[in-house]
Amino acid sequence: MFKKAIKPLIAGIMLTAASMAFAAPNSDKNVLRMVPQADLKVLDPIWTTAFVTRDHGYMIYDTLFGVDVKGDVHPQMVDTYSKSPDGMKWTFTLRDGLAWHDGKPVTTKDVIPSLKRWGQRDGLGQKMLAAVDKFEAVDDKTFTITFKKPFGMVLEALSKPASSPPFIMPERVANTPANQQISDYTGSGPYIFKKDEFRPGEKVVYVKNTKYVPRKEAPSGTAGGKNVYVDRVEWIILKDGQTQANALINGEVDMLSWTPPEQYATLKANPKIQMLSPVPKGSYAMHLNHLIPPFNNPKISQAAIMSINQLALMRAQLVNKDLYNTCTSIYPCGSTYATDKTSYFTGKPQFEKAKALLKEAGYDGTPIVLMNPSDFTLLNKFPVVLAQLLRQGGFKVDLVSMDWPSLLARRAKKDPVDKGGWNIFVTGWGASDTMNPLFFAPMTGNGEKGWFGWATDPKLEDLKGQFLATMDPVKRKELAQAIQTEVFDYGLYAPLGESTNFTAVRKGVVSGLVDSPVSVFWNIKKN
Amino acid sequence: MFVLLARRILATVPVLVIVALIVFLMLRLAPGDPAAVIVGNSGTSADIARVRAQLGLDASLPVQFAHWVGQLAHGNLGESYFMKMKVTDLIAQRIEPTVSLSALTLVITILLAIPLGVVAAWRHGGWLDRLLMGFSVLGFSIPSFVIGYLMIWAFALHWHWFPTQGYVRFNDGFWGWLHHLVLPAITLSIIYVALIARVTRAAVAEALTEDYIRTARAKGVSELRVLLRHALANAAIPIATVIGIGVALLIGGVVVTETVFAIPGLGQLTVDAVLSRDFPLIQAITLFFSVIYVIINLLVDLSYLVLDPRVRY
Repeated sequence: MFKKAIKPLIAGIMLTAASMAFAAPNSDKNVLRMVPQADLKVLDPIWTTAFVTRDHGYMIYDTLFGVDVKGDVHPQMVDTYSKSPDGMKWTFTLRDGLAWHDGKPVTTKDVIPSLKRWGQRDGLGQKMLAAVDKFEAVDDKTFTITFKKPFGMVLEALSKPASSPPFIMPERVANTPANQQISDYTGSGPYIFKKDEFRPGEKVVYVKNTKYVPRKEAPSGTAGGKNVYVDRVEWIILKDGQTQANALINGEVDMLSWTPPEQYATLKANPKIQMLSPVPKGSYAMHLNHLIPPFNNPKISQAAIMSINQLALMRAQLVNKDLYNTCTSIYPCGSTYATDKTSYFTGKPQFEKAKALLKEAGYDGTPIVLMNPSDFTLLNKFPVVLAQLLRQGGFKVDLVSMDWPSLLARRAKKDPVDKGGWNIFVTGWGASDTMNPLFFAPMTGNGEKGWFGWATDPKLEDLKGQFLATMDPVKRKELAQAIQTEVFDYGLYAPLGESTNFTAVRKGVVSGLVDSPVSVFWNIKKN
Repeated sequence: MFVLLARRILATVPVLVIVALIVFLMLRLAPGDPAAVIVGNSGTSADIARVRAQLGLDASLPVQFAHWVGQLAHGNLGESYFMKMKVTDLIAQRIEPTVSLSALTLVITILLAIPLGVVAAWRHGGWLDRLLMGFSVLGFSIPSFVIGYLMIWAFALHWHWFPTQGYVRFNDGFWGWLHHLVLPAITLSIIYVALIARVTRAAVAEALTEDYIRTARAKGVSELRVLLRHALANAAIPIATVIGIGVALLIGGVVVTETVFAIPGLGQLTVDAVLSRDFPLIQAITLFFSVIYVIINLLVDLSYLVLDPRVRY
């Protein structure tokens, strides 16, 4: 019986193998398959500050203003706008053709609650709302914002690309309490989110919004025309860097939004792959806990900052020279506010000066707790090298490894280290976060109400207040410089260097990526 | 048998209660805070406190436990903190890939491991036995992700016979579904073939020393029939036990292979939930696995009735 079965069995196996052979690359030119920079879990870009959720937001929502690649603000949903001579009243008129994905028109009844909801969650939005006297809808397309105190960053706030951007949502959605997630993902942006095809951890699907009316200007940053040339975009969630690279090389996906650093050399050398960098460089920073000893003493904070060796840290983390550079400014190097006036900070180690400062400050040798997120491959080499640098600078260091969620929980603790507190951790930021001192969450000096580390620096808060109030670009530059000096003088935090995030695409297949402060996915063509 | 079934079902209840209590306590006492993960890097302590209050995490542990048990009593396993979806829906999305991968792995494993083990036992001590057992040691020594990457390099990147990653739902086409599962299933099956081949070899080798084997041979029964109908049949119980353990591990613990091949299965869901401290999801998955393990153990015990008519419950 067995002998009779063998021949058909072998024939069946061969037939199966033949029919399955040759895995074809993704050749559908109307479907863009890309790997986003992280797994998209939360779909409400106001509720969370996660970068990938912000990227999702830019797919399906629009903003009143956008910012181009140079950082200049341009109207997006707005057609015309004006302000009173004293800057206390602003009038905005929406452009024609704006419609929600369900076909209903976008009106001021949607815009005002959207701004209010955003303003309850976002740091700059909170400052703006605190300065606002009232929002008024003049008619369906025109609304005003009247301020009760000067607010010099209206356009910057309304075009803000850093998390959270002020996305405009339908009134019914925007009326969701700010401490709850939305569940309706209707937007007015260039893509429509396919909720029925959403599989968290697997795939996110967007289709072209055929009714979207893009602006006529060329796309630049989050401004200009948001033209869509594909019918469908699929975000394929691939967590492993090697798997991402394999899928791209084999043509199963068309682009990797953020190329894993360890795959950079392999992909760059592959003739079928093209490496692009549409997004400005990100950066990393060492953050200190100023609430508890020893970094409640600015001199000791300065000593820690003096121990930094930017080149060693960046090389350890990113390895390939194409992926990093040093930059001592707290702002992205080459950006509007960046300068090389960084007080004592050179980015190079100054161990003897650090030791002298420690002695002067009376550092008693208590070990400082440096948290290391051992599972976070984009960060987990920094603390190891930093621990050694700090030791060379005269510190006693307790390097404590934990996973990223544990680090996030521990950094919220204000207790002394012997009761579970912390002294130092390292994290990364996008250029959209650091390009403006008011966008940058760690830039706080209001003690326990501020960001983790809880620095108490009234001078910093005063400088920020002046920056917020002025509309004079020259004065703003001076204030930005003063803020940078104060950051180093107080020892608030220190930049460790910049990283270039490459987007890898199939050469000759994908084109049209827009240079932008954040990842955007319109204008992309697939050949 | 009905008494066995009833006893097992009743015994499941205290098991689930203990599992529920342990996982609940472990999650809340271990480091990590879902609220901190939710607010993200730019949030503040006030944001975390607000989210904790919203999620009910600022209540005392007994209150939180009572709330959860109350939900369970109404058949509500809760909603993911992050994805605003019912955890039952999230688990349901992941069951098909996991079951598909496990089933295909099991088929490959059984088709390869049992014949290999029988042959090795038949030629016990000979060069064939040593060769097969040497391969089996290699099989469970090499990490599955190494095997996976090698398979991808050869069969996907080099020869383009299979895709490097991904999963196609069964409803989207049988051949696409099968095509995407072949490489990960072969990768996973290597370690199970190694394990089950060794157990089969040991059990069959022992059975071959029994008197009834000598009797069968003396009566002129063919060697193939001696091996399959007499030796293997009597060695089936330990083999079935190990296969049962293997199935349980396949359902819950193949996260490395799932990651390498981007199979959206329960293993990845579990790891993602743990790394983001998605308490409702972790609790639900743990309870789900507990039920699965109880069912698998029961099926293995029931299989003894089929495999060995001498067994009675």
